[in-house]
Order: sequence, then structure tokens, then C-alpha cells
Amino acid sequence: MTSVQFEIQLIAILVAVACAIPGVFLVLRKMAMMSDAISHSILPGLVIAFFLTGTLNSPLLIVGATATGLLTVLLVESISKTRLLKEDAAIGLAFPVFFSIGVILIARFAGDIHLDVDSVLLGELAFAPFNRVSLFGRDLGPAAMWTMIVVVVINAAFVAVFYKELKIASFDSGLAAALGFVPAGIHYGLMTLVSATAVAAFDAVGSILVVALIVGPPATAYLLTNRLSVMIGLSILLGMLSAILGYWFAHWLDASIAGAMATMVGVVFVIVLFLAPGRGVAAVWRRRYRQKWTFAEKMLAIHLHHHEGMVDEARENRTAHLQEHFSWDARFAGSVVERAKDDGFVTEGGGLLNLTEAGRALAREAIVQA
Amino acid sequence: MPLTDQRRHAIEVRDLTVAYHEKPVLWDIDLDVPAGVLMAIVGPNGAGKTTLIKAILGLIRTAAGEVSILGHKYKRQRNRVAYVPQRGSVDWDFPTSVLDVVTMGRYGRIGWVRRPSRTDKDLAVKALEKVGMDQFRKRQISELSGGQQQRVFLARALVQDADVYFMDEPFQGVDAVTERAIVEILRDLRRHNKTVVVVHHDLQTVEEYFDYVMLLNIRKIASGPVAEVFNSENLRITYGGRVAFLKPTASADITQSQKPG
Repeated sequence: MTSVQFEIQLIAILVAVACAIPGVFLVLRKMAMMSDAISHSILPGLVIAFFLTGTLNSPLLIVGATATGLLTVLLVESISKTRLLKEDAAIGLAFPVFFSIGVILIARFAGDIHLDVDSVLLGELAFAPFNRVSLFGRDLGPAAMWTMIVVVVINAAFVAVFYKELKIASFDSGLAAALGFVPAGIHYGLMTLVSATAVAAFDAVGSILVVALIVGPPATAYLLTNRLSVMIGLSILLGMLSAILGYWFAHWLDASIAGAMATMVGVVFVIVLFLAPGRGVAAVWRRRYRQKWTFAEKMLAIHLHHHEGMVDEARENRTAHLQEHFSWDARFAGSVVERAKDDGFVTEGGGLLNLTEAGRALAREAIVQA
Repeated sequence: MPLTDQRRHAIEVRDLTVAYHEKPVLWDIDLDVPAGVLMAIVGPNGAGKTTLIKAILGLIRTAAGEVSILGHKYKRQRNRVAYVPQRGSVDWDFPTSVLDVVTMGRYGRIGWVRRPSRTDKDLAVKALEKVGMDQFRKRQISELSGGQQQRVFLARALVQDADVYFMDEPFQGVDAVTERAIVEILRDLRRHNKTVVVVHHDLQTVEEYFDYVMLLNIRKIASGPVAEVFNSENLRITYGGRVAFLKPTASADITQSQKPG
């Protein structure tokens, strides 16, 4: 691995970590789409700040664009506050307008500089190591790396310091307000972080990957844990994993790094969606499948128990009769009996099904439960 | 308890008006709640019961009026007031445990930035014991039934160790066992001279559970001891002709006007 490759991955990982931290709270507050709005609408802020400062490396750029992000949040909120539209429609209305203003400004006035419409969407991660900072003639590494380190530290510090406040404001904003924790302030604090993170990550990875990294890893982590602190940790790890996988996937395909990272975020999510213990699709299927057979065995046991020792026992308690009694087809009835035999609930002799002691216990227990 | 508490009412509301887009939701409410009572707020849907509680707690903007709790503005009394919002107002899939939710009741006393201590957790466990939920402390909150969720909310209010409690429909959708358990806890609070205000829906149980009542429908119809103001005349004004309630002493015209609901 060359040092450029190493630096690109390092920046990718820093971006993933910076996005995952506030992303957890956006996902839990059901505001994931707000990241979409923010990451797109910062564009005109970036462009205008660029016109004012004449450089792409000014901190003013970050401040200006962050302000545009917050402005979008306020706009979306004031549209949905009219109760004429829901918030999702308000988001869909607001950010394309901001974004397209940015696109027009770039196309019309900034076509000859580094800002171009392609890099707006997917960033220029591959070029990030070439824009370096140095101090007293010593090379300190890529500028994007230092920007992202600052953002990671700010985000981590905010969540660490206000962890309790973020938790109560996200779970029960009514109680948070009653206790004096100013959930609106926490909300805008979080929105400022998301905006600043999107702005800082924008140059490296563009607006689409920012959304993928803010929403994807936290949504994936949500499937894996019941604990907020664990969810934050897992989101960070899953974001880092997607970043590294995405880098090598892009290397292999010779394609956009940011695009490959966003793809990996999706791949990791789908894998977890299927394989997550407990909540994953596979676990749910396995549970349903097991329940189907357990239930059928219980029904069989109850039926046999009911007719045991009665005059109609010889007629009722046969595999063939189960088909008409339960409207099971022959194959299913056969399988249920086989399973019940394997589990030691039933024995078969002379075509007649007999409950074992365990089978009787199962039947009695099932009846009591019902 | 300071002297002022005994002289003043636990809650005093003067000329409280709340409006959404110029349409009044609460109109000129005056209310005095003596300390140490269990008070029900009753009224039809849309009468402003939840809005009244939220306005008293400063959670929504008021158009006019003043509120004082134990003689001072609410902002000065936060730590003496506990609030149980409607169970449906939060996301029960939130990744957190029962003990964690109850510990949130301590956050007001803990203050900004500082973390809950061992003492806070111990108090939360004690509150869970009081509502019969201590064996659930490690459970993820999404695994709870409706009644259990309500008990957890109640434990969270108890751990606030307040003097005035506001509860928004604590009996909503709970089983009979939980309802009895909640009533016991309310009575226990009253025995300790706490003031409890409950938004309540079941008119049948008002006389059994509460000693004070407020009848509300945008305006205050009446408030006072249950024996004095909870009568068919006030109920008829509160609910219009649609009294879905048969009080033993209700006059014939009301009992005949509607079938019980």
C-alpha cells in the first residue's frame, strides 16, 4: 500500500466516523432525511462563500456553508409548521431548490475552478492527498485529513459531553423540556454538527456519500443492538468498515471511491438485515419456520391426548386421519409425525399413534397456555 | 416545607389562554389546586386537557395568563414538579433499557453534563420496586406491554421525588391490575401530601379514585372537591348533550339522552 492509498483510506475512515456520530441521533429522531436536505443545500453556501473569500480553503467557507445547512433546516421546519405539508414533502421542496441554485452558480460563474458539478455529487477523494498542509516547511499531511480530524473531535466531544441530554431529548422531548434541558437547543446543536460535518466531508466525498455515511451505518447498527452507547460504537465501526471495503472495491473496479463506499454501506446493511441475530430477516424466518413445526406438533399432541383411551381412538389416532382432521396434506402430516417421533412425543405401532409421557406433558402444557 | 407552601395553593392558574392560529384551545382558565389533593381533569376530546398541562409546564406558548406552582413560577420549581407524558408520545423502540428510562427522572436534579451516579441508579431501582417492575430493569423497553410501559413512566415520575405531579392519561390502555397498582401509588403520594393532577378519561372511576376534579372544555366549567362539583349539571355543560356517562344521581333527561359508552 502506498502512502497515498493509506492517506485516502485514512480520510475515508475519518469521514465515516465523523458522519456516524451525529447520524445515530438523526436516525433515532426519525430525521434521517434531514441529512439529505442539509448535505445538498450547503452547496450554494459553499459557492457564495467561495466568491466572497476567493479560496476553497478558508474556514469562512465552512461557516458560510454550515449556515446554509441550518437555514434549510429552519425553512423545512417552518414549511411543515404551517401544517399544510408534511415534513418529508417540505424536505423534498426545500433542498432541490438550494442545490440547484448552487449548481447554477457553479455552471455560470465558477466553471473554471476546482468546483464542478461532478465533484459536487461524489467528491474527489482520490485527489484529497494532493492538497497538503505544511508548517515551517514540514509536510503535515493532506488538508482534508486535518479538517476531518477536527470534525471528528468536535462531534465526539459534543456527544460525549451532552450524551445524557441528547438521549433524553431524543427519547422524550416533552420530559426533557419540562426538566429544563431545552430540547430545541439540543436539536439545533445537532443540526449544526450535521451541517458542519456535511460541509467538511463534502469536498472529499460529495453530497451523496455524506448521506450514505450519516444514515447507513447507524441504521445498520440499530438492527444489531438495544443499547444507545453500543449503537454509537457499532455505527463508527460499520462506517470504518464500509470506508475500507469501498476503497478496495473502487481500486479493483477502477471507479469512484466515494461511489464504491456508498455501495459498500448498502451491501453491509443488506448483509446485516439478513443475518442480524434476533431481528434479522433470516432469524425471523428461522423462528417462524420453527414455530410452524412446533405448533403442528402441539396440535398433534393435543389431538392424540384428546382421543387417548376413547372408543374412537383406533379411528382418530392414525396418520391418515390427520389429513382430514387438520386439513394437512399427506406429506405435511407425515413430516409432523416423523418430527414428533424424533422429538420423543409420539410412538407408532400397528398404524396407531401413541403419545409418550413427554407427548402428554406437551399436550397438557399447550392446553393450559391456550 | 416552607411556610408559603401551606398558605398558597399547590397550583395557581390565572387567566390562562392558549391559541393555535388565533383559535383558542384554552380560554381564560382560572384554577386553584390545594396541596395534597388527587385531582382529575376531565372533558371531551379536544377540550384542551393535555394542552392545559403543557401550558402549566411551559411546554407550549401561551397567549395570556400566569401560572405559579407552590408560590413561584414553574421555571424556579422544576425540581419540585414531575411530569408523565402520554405513553404514546415516545418511541418505545428507542435503544434503551427500563432502568435507563427511569433514571431519566433524575436528570433534572443531576443537571447539565454530569452523569447519573450510583445513587441515581439505586433510586431508580427503588422506584421500579414500588411499581412492581424491578425484575424488568435490564429489559429493552420495546419488550414491554402497555401496562408495563405505563408503570415504567410512573416509576420515572416517582424517582423525580417531586411535590407536584402531572400525569397525562396514565390509565390509557392499561390492564386492570396495572390500573389498581397505579391508583395505589397515587393514594400513597397523597398520603405524603403530594399534589397529583391526572388527565382522566373514565368518568365512572372519578369518584372512586379522586377527591378533586376539574371539568374542562376549552373553558373551565368547574373545579373543586368531587363531591361538590362532579354533578350531572356540570357534566352536561362539559360534554354538551353527549354525556356517555350514567351517574347514579344523574337526572333523567341525561340518562335517557345517550346510551352508555
